[in-house]
Amino acid sequence: MLELALHILDITENSVRAGAKTVWIEISEESRKDLFSFVIRDDGQGMSKAVLEKVMDPFFTSKKVRRVGLGLPMLAEAAERAGGRFAIESQEGLGTRVAVEFQLSHIDRQPLGDISGALTVLIAGNDGVDFVFRYRCGDRNFGFNTKEIRQEIGDVPIQQAEVLKWIRQYIREGLSEIGTSA
Amino acid sequence: MAKLKIEDLKKIKDRVHAETALRDGYNRVKVTVHMGTCGIASGAKEVMDALMREIGEAEVSDVMITTSGCMGLCSREPLVTVEIIGQVPIKYEYVNPNKMRQIFKKHVLEGEIQTPFVLAKGAEIVK
Repeated sequence: MLELALHILDITENSVRAGAKTVWIEISEESRKDLFSFVIRDDGQGMSKAVLEKVMDPFFTSKKVRRVGLGLPMLAEAAERAGGRFAIESQEGLGTRVAVEFQLSHIDRQPLGDISGALTVLIAGNDGVDFVFRYRCGDRNFGFNTKEIRQEIGDVPIQQAEVLKWIRQYIREGLSEIGTSA
Repeated sequence: MAKLKIEDLKKIKDRVHAETALRDGYNRVKVTVHMGTCGIASGAKEVMDALMREIGEAEVSDVMITTSGCMGLCSREPLVTVEIIGQVPIKYEYVNPNKMRQIFKKHVLEGEIQTPFVLAKGAEIVK
């Protein structure tokens, strides 16, 4: 994975597979503290302590079609490589929370990349899941919530091509307005 | 370009309503992009971006897109499944944005299976 947006897309797919109804994605960029971080939180089925202890093992997966599970270990590796850290918490029946920090200016920190595209892909591919997105950049921030979109469009599916195009553009404009640099 | 506002969605809604009234709102084709860790790492997001752009440009509203997880054939990713409703699903392997555009134009729109890119016919069993 070459972009953090792809990691976010990947980890959020875990949330969706855990049966989440809502996924919260919060990105934060604080140049004063030289910190770049994001949190992905869901209301899915969560994991037991025993499973949680094993998720960072690349040779552990809950899937039966293959014997490796690389999503979380690769993200943790990307964080450690860039002077950051990784944390995962989960409670059975309540949901899971993944928090990752990076040193913003670190030479090995991957660029955020196409986050508006990643969110659009998530929305397009997962009908019935709501996404709440927030990007903080210093003291400015941009928020986006698919529940609000659904309210506006009524019975038109959110997967409709024109709606998706609008979403992609809306996020892109919102982020450029708050002046993100990651 | 004027800044986008939530209210713009109202216009999109009215336009979509007018279109769907003409075709009773059913989906003719379902396209699935496999979006597991392996798929994403090998370019599935770019494939999905290309697919969404094609659908927008062709102005079709009877094609449904969705994503799914890894099905165990990580080395053949990115994988895309095209299912014309009522027919056997076709799985394409090693898809990239260019192949995706061709698959969309030929298979999704014209029903012509793109044999050189096909991995298999049929649906996987989800365990």
